[in-house]
Amino acid sequence: MANSLTWRIGGEAGFGIMAAGAIFSKALTRAKFYIASAVDYPSLIRGGHNTFVIRASNEPIYSLVKPVDLLVALNQETITLHKDELSSGAGVIYDSGDKSIDTGVLPKDNFKFYPVPLLEIATKDGGHKLMMNNVALGVSWAVLNLPLEILTQVIADVFAKKGEEIVAENTRAAKAGYDYVKTNFPEEFSHKMEKGNAPPQLVVTGNEAMGLGALKAGLGFAALYPMTPINGLLHFLASHEFISAEKNKRQFVYYQPEDEIAGINSAIGASYGGLRSLVATSGGGFSLMVEALGMAAMTEIPLVVVMGTRPGPSSGLPTWTGQGDLKFMLSASQGDFTRVVLAPGDPEEAFEMIQTAFNLSDKYQTPVIVLVDKLLCENTGTMDRLLSSKFQLPIERGKLYTGNGEYKRYEVTEDGISPRALPGQTYFITNSYEHNEAGLSTEEAKDIESMVEKRARKYELLTQEVAAPQIYGDKEADITLVGWGSTKGVAREVVENMKLPGKKLNYLHLNWINPFPKEALVKIFSQVKKIVDIEANSTAQMAGWIREQTGIEIKDRILKYDGRPFYPEEIIEALKKYA
Amino acid sequence: MLNPTWCPGCGNFGIWQALKNVTANLSLKPEEVVAVFDIGCNSNMTNWSPVTVFESLHGRTLPVAAGLKIAQPTLTVLAVAGDGGCYGEGGNHLLHAAKRNLDLTLFVHDNQIYALTAGQTSPTSGHGFKTKSTPQGAIDLSFNPLAVALSAGASFVARGFAGDLPHLTSLMAAAINHKGFAMVDILQPCVTFNPLNTFDWFRQRVYDLDKEGYKPDNKLAALEKAMEWPKNGEDNKIPLGIFYKEEREVPSYLGIDNSKNKSNLEEITSEFL
Repeated sequence: MANSLTWRIGGEAGFGIMAAGAIFSKALTRAKFYIASAVDYPSLIRGGHNTFVIRASNEPIYSLVKPVDLLVALNQETITLHKDELSSGAGVIYDSGDKSIDTGVLPKDNFKFYPVPLLEIATKDGGHKLMMNNVALGVSWAVLNLPLEILTQVIADVFAKKGEEIVAENTRAAKAGYDYVKTNFPEEFSHKMEKGNAPPQLVVTGNEAMGLGALKAGLGFAALYPMTPINGLLHFLASHEFISAEKNKRQFVYYQPEDEIAGINSAIGASYGGLRSLVATSGGGFSLMVEALGMAAMTEIPLVVVMGTRPGPSSGLPTWTGQGDLKFMLSASQGDFTRVVLAPGDPEEAFEMIQTAFNLSDKYQTPVIVLVDKLLCENTGTMDRLLSSKFQLPIERGKLYTGNGEYKRYEVTEDGISPRALPGQTYFITNSYEHNEAGLSTEEAKDIESMVEKRARKYELLTQEVAAPQIYGDKEADITLVGWGSTKGVAREVVENMKLPGKKLNYLHLNWINPFPKEALVKIFSQVKKIVDIEANSTAQMAGWIREQTGIEIKDRILKYDGRPFYPEEIIEALKKYA
Repeated sequence: MLNPTWCPGCGNFGIWQALKNVTANLSLKPEEVVAVFDIGCNSNMTNWSPVTVFESLHGRTLPVAAGLKIAQPTLTVLAVAGDGGCYGEGGNHLLHAAKRNLDLTLFVHDNQIYALTAGQTSPTSGHGFKTKSTPQGAIDLSFNPLAVALSAGASFVARGFAGDLPHLTSLMAAAINHKGFAMVDILQPCVTFNPLNTFDWFRQRVYDLDKEGYKPDNKLAALEKAMEWPKNGEDNKIPLGIFYKEEREVPSYLGIDNSKNKSNLEEITSEFL
C-alpha cells in the first residue's frame, strides 16, 4: 500500500469544517502530495456532525482508506464516533480548554495526544471563535512537520477577497496553533510523511471540474434549481457568469428557474436559440425534467443534463452517495430514443466528458446525460493542472443550415442528421408532435416511419463515438473488477495499491454507458478469468445493463447501499472468498 | 402549411386572424417572430402559423420562450397557450414570468374548457359548470388570471375577445410593443364543448374599458377591474382592454461573449491551485 496519512477533522455543522478541509486539501497539494478526500454532513445547516477527511501520500492514491492517523476533534462527538478508526500511534488533537471533551475512552499508550487550547488561541486579541479551525489547521500542520509558509499562503489566497484584515487574522490563528505545537510538543510524530513529489495539481470537486469543462466547451446558458449534490456546480457557475474584470460582459447566462421543469424547458429554449445549454439536478429534480428530456429528443434540440445521484427512492438520503439511478436514466421519458449517458469516474474524466457531452449533443441534436453521484460531485480530488488549462476538445456544433435554399428542419438525410437552423435565420417549424420533414404535425404512417428511422440512424451513427473501456491494474489478472462512474477511485486503489494474497487484480472502468462499448466488452470478458461487479446500489443495475447489452451475466457482485462510499479494505475483504 | 382543423366557428379562427393582422400591421417577417406553442386546440396553429413556430409541451411555453428570448434578444418571442396549459399545468411559470418581466408576450386562448381532450372542466370554467369531468357541476371557483398576473407583477395585463377582431388586433399589437412581460387573456368561445360561454353570451356582457375612460396606470384600480369578472355566482359585465401597463426594468441578459476568453479561464483555474 502507498505510504499515506489520513487526517480527519470533525465538529458541529456550522463551524467551518468544510472550509477547513478545503484549505488543508490545497495546502497538502501545494506541499506536493497526492490527495483523496471526502466530506460527510447531514442534511442540516447547523447542528449535526460534520467531518472532512483527507488522505495524503507521496505516491498516486485514488481513494480513502479506513484508518485515521491524525484526528482533529472539535467536539466530544468526533471522538465518540471516530475512536475505532484510529490507527496505532495516531495523533488526537483536541481543545484542552473544552471540559466536555473526554479522551478517557482512548487507551493512553496507543495514541499521541495534542491537548491545545484551540478556542483560547483563536479568541486571543479579539479573534472570532470560528477561527478555531484555522488554529487546528496550524496545529495539524506542525504535527506533520510541514513548512508553515505553505499553509499560511493558502489561507491568504483563500481569504484574499475578504481583505487584508481577515487574511491577517486567519493566518495569525494558524501560525499561533503551529507555534504552540513546536513549543509544547517538540517530539516527532510517529506517522512521518515522506517528502511529497506530485506534479502541480488543481484541487477540485467533481462539480468544479464539470464547471471548468463546461466553460471550456463554450457554455452559453445554464439553468439550475438548487439540489444536493449539484449545488457546488450551481455556485461555480453563478460566480463565474461574468468575466471578473468586466461586470457587463457575460461568458454565459446563469438563470435561476422557478423549478426544475422551468430549468430544463428554458435550457431547451436557449439551446433552440443557439446557446450551448446545461441543466443539473438530482433524482427528484430529474423526475420533474423527464417529460422535457423527451421533448429535446423529439424536437432534436441539443442539451446537456448533469444528473448527480444520491440514494433514493424519493427524498432518500439527500447528502449521501449511491448509484441507484442508472436504469432510470436509461429509460427516462416515454417513447423510443437513445438516452445518451456518460458516467465519468473522477474530476479529470468529469472535466473531459462534459466537453464530450456538449459535442455529442450538438452533433447528434439530442440530449446527453452526464451521470455522476454525490461522491464525485462533492468530494475533492486532484486534477493535473496542465490538463485543465490546456485540454480542450475541439468544439463541434454539428450540421448547421447555411442559409441557402429551401429549408426543412427535419430533412431526411442518409446519416439521419438534419441541418439545424437557428430562429431568426429563416422560417421553420420545431415540433414535439411527430412531424414530417417540414416539421408539420403528422399522423401519416409513411411520415412516421420515415422520421422514426431517421432518428434511429443518427443514434446508430453515434455508437461509433464510443470509447473503449479502460483497464487499470495487472494486464493478466485472476479477478477483473467491473464498475462504473465514481467507483473508479476505490477500484483503482484496490488493484493498484493493495494486495489480495495470491491473486492478481485489475479493474475494468465503464464510463460510456449508452451507447455501450458492447463488442469491446464481449472481447475482454472472453479473456478474463473471473469477473466481479462492484456497484453502489442494491440491485446491480450495471450488471443488468451488461447482460442486456452483451448477454453475459455477472453473478459475483459486491454491492453497497448504505449511502457511504466503498472503502478499499471492504472490497479486499469481500474478494477474500476468491483467494 | 396545412389547413386549419379547428371546428367550424371556433374562436381560434379569430385569434389566428388577429395574429396575421398584427404581423402585417407591424411589418414582422415570419422569421422575426417565434411563437412558442403549448399543447391544446390553440397550438394546432403550429401547422398554419404566420410566424416561426416551436410547438413545445403542455404548460411549458413560458420557460421555453424565456430561454429563447435570452438566447436571441432581438427576436419577437410569443408564448401561446390555453387556459389549461397556462393557468393549470404551467401556473407556476406564469407567476414567475410576471415577476421576472422578461420581454415576452403571452397570448392565452381562454375557452374555459379542456377541448382537445373532448370537454373537461378547466381552471377558468365557471362555478357549477357541467362537463364530463364535473357531471354534477364544477365544485371549484373559477380562476382569475388577470388578478393573479397583476399580483405577481406583470407589467402589461389585458383581456381580449376572439369575437372582436379590430379590438383584439390592437391589443395584441400593444402587447407585442410593450417592453416587458405582457399577458393578453383572450376569451375564445368553444363551439363544441362549451355551450355556455358562446359568442352571443360574451357579446351581451363585454364592454371596452377604454371607451369608459379607464386609464390603465393604477395597479389597485386594475385589480378592482380584474375582480369584476369572473365573480362566482354573479352574472357580471366583462371588461375588455388594457387593465394595467407600467414601465418596469426588463432584466437584460445581453452581452454574452463565450468566445474563448483564455485569460479568464486561467484566472478561474488559479482559484483551485
